[in-house]
Amino acid sequence: MDYFFNEQQKTIKDLARRIAEEKVIPVRAELDEKEEFPWDIVRDLAAADMFRVFIPEEYEGLGGGCMELCLVVEELSRVCSGVAVTYAASALGSMTLMEYGTEEQKRRFLPDIASGKKLAAFAITEPTAGSDAGNIKTTAEKVAGGYLLNGTKQFITNGGEAEIYTVIALTDKARGARGASAIIVEKDTPGFVFGKKEKKLGIRTSATRELAFRNCLVPESNLLGRPGLGFIQAMRLFDRSRPGIGAQAVGLAQGALEAATDYAQERVQFNQPLITMPVIQHMLADMAIQVEASRALVYAAARYVDSGARNVTEESAMAKVFASDAAMKVTVDAVQICGGAGYMRDYTVEKMMRDAKILQIYEGTNQILRNAIAISLRKRRARTA
Amino acid sequence: MNIVACLKQVPGTTEVKIDPKTNTLIRQGIENIINPFDTYALEEAVRLKDKHGGKVTVVTMGPPQADAALREAISLGADEALLLSDRAFAGADTWATAFTLSRAIVKLEKIDLVICGRQTIDGDTGQVGPEMAEMLTMPFVAYVSRIEEIKEAYLRVSRMTEEGHETIEATLPAVITVAKEINVPRVPSLRGIMRSKSAKILTWGIQELGVDKDSVGLAGSSTQVIKIFFPQRIHKAEIFSGDLEKQADALIDRLKSARIC
Ligand SMILES: Cc1cc2nc3c(=O)[nH]c(=O)nc-3n(C[C@H](O)[C@H](O)[C@H](O)COP(=O)(O)OP(=O)(O)OC[C@H]3O[C@@H](n4cnc5c(N)ncnc54)[C@H](O)[C@@H]3O)c2cc1C
Repeated sequence: MDYFFNEQQKTIKDLARRIAEEKVIPVRAELDEKEEFPWDIVRDLAAADMFRVFIPEEYEGLGGGCMELCLVVEELSRVCSGVAVTYAASALGSMTLMEYGTEEQKRRFLPDIASGKKLAAFAITEPTAGSDAGNIKTTAEKVAGGYLLNGTKQFITNGGEAEIYTVIALTDKARGARGASAIIVEKDTPGFVFGKKEKKLGIRTSATRELAFRNCLVPESNLLGRPGLGFIQAMRLFDRSRPGIGAQAVGLAQGALEAATDYAQERVQFNQPLITMPVIQHMLADMAIQVEASRALVYAAARYVDSGARNVTEESAMAKVFASDAAMKVTVDAVQICGGAGYMRDYTVEKMMRDAKILQIYEGTNQILRNAIAISLRKRRARTA
Repeated sequence: MNIVACLKQVPGTTEVKIDPKTNTLIRQGIENIINPFDTYALEEAVRLKDKHGGKVTVVTMGPPQADAALREAISLGADEALLLSDRAFAGADTWATAFTLSRAIVKLEKIDLVICGRQTIDGDTGQVGPEMAEMLTMPFVAYVSRIEEIKEAYLRVSRMTEEGHETIEATLPAVITVAKEINVPRVPSLRGIMRSKSAKILTWGIQELGVDKDSVGLAGSSTQVIKIFFPQRIHKAEIFSGDLEKQADALIDRLKSARIC
């Protein structure tokens, strides 16, 4: 399918694919096996200007939007979803800053994120606040000299590796979610410590860590936007970042489809290649349909976000849910087509199947997002009734 | 530092076919690439520039299409590009090539270092680098696998030999050819690609170089390719059978009669 990319988008996509194939494929199995953070690849991505893609030109970026970000994420995820999320999380950690930061804040942080010298991360989830993100307990008390942070964030992608964290914390405890604010915390701020790297089912090269704040003092100039808007800022952020998870799903499913097709072509049983068997053909055809439908929806949602539309909740949730459910199904079927070989760790589809599961969980579980879509449907019904 | 990296556009395969009638390479349908050995030269030049400042100029002699190789070099970090292109340059052997390149290099702003790949994958001679050094009357080191130090007027490099490594100091300006062990070439950057699309490529012919047409190209070559052919392969395989001991004995006999042991 031709999605009519412009010259710059084609260049970004081609280069991302080249990095994926030349730099990621040779090491992905080892990174997964050793659960090692992909620093060399991060440096390659930085040298190729990939972290500039999602940063505005005024701050040394290339001024791309959600669509450009999706192209890079998709290409990386086609070969390793763990590398893809590491890259995407840096975008996630910068987006609130880009949207609500002052000129001074943007000048201070964005150029280093654009050059890839520093990674970013976003932290809202806590032990008591997963799907119920409004139930956070971490506080940021206003004191002389800034905000004093106390509390624990859980499951934070790029935790421990990133230098710049956008943290959602309560500046007004009494008001709950309405008293939340977004604050930038830099690594190495006294009182800011990390838990151990979590051991995960998939995306094992990516770092997921607990963040703990113990009387951690950050300057007042690190507050993003107005106090009390943190929860709304976070929800708005996810509305704009979810197509990126969709793109991660599309890339992953594409990779699995290609691997399964290759295997079916080569594997001979009953004197014929698997790919000549109708059952296998239909499985592959269904996988291809899922991948292309996901891609079309993800790109449409990304372009809708980039159009500046005010409310994109429904569209971006649909893209994330549909594409991640498809990626789960496609990767399971890819393992099935590859049979016993597919189940082995030295064949990539096994990793792809493990990597797929997280896509249905983070940035809003698919249940929570279906709830959100249903709420929109009901609201629309109420308006037209 | 002003560094020149020389590169050549070559067919992107080592399995070229030869047209038996004309004795020339069949280039149809084969994508052209930067000679892989030259990518290490370019990478090293860009790294030196990043470390010591200055600029990297890439130079190639070739047909107008070689423009693509120079643009790719810009996407990989080269600052300026010079294409030596003229009908008169066609058919050059290594001598005429080195002559043309060296005449261009002396015309450039003061150069501190010239870096070439160790050889090309199509010509395979490895002669252009050293010949050029001779013509430029600059010191020359081949097969450099590490640049250890560069100071104002000299450089110290480690180079590979059959037996091991040698450390050599040479005064600058100098010419070196590099081995692939020296670095891992980067992939291009997005900004580099964008710059490469609009970059101006300087093109010089015999007039700009101020050379006589008889001193370049086929006319200026002292060697000429008369015929290219694949040596005929005569396969002779012998398969021993019987139990292992018998096979081993038979093998020893054969090696002895062939005077191998
Ligand atoms: C690898 C990884 C990386 C992550 N990275 C980040 C990060 O960078 N930053 C960050 O802030 N967070 C991050 N998270 C957290 C992630 O967003 C949460 O795990 C996710 O939102 C789900 O929350 P939970 O784990 O507490 O599950 P729960 O909320 O406890 O949900 C458990 C189950 O109950 C279902 N459920 C809960 N409530 C409802 C409901 N009302 N209706 C229907 N079903 C419901 C859920 O769908 C789910 O199936 C990450 C998590 C993981 C595992």
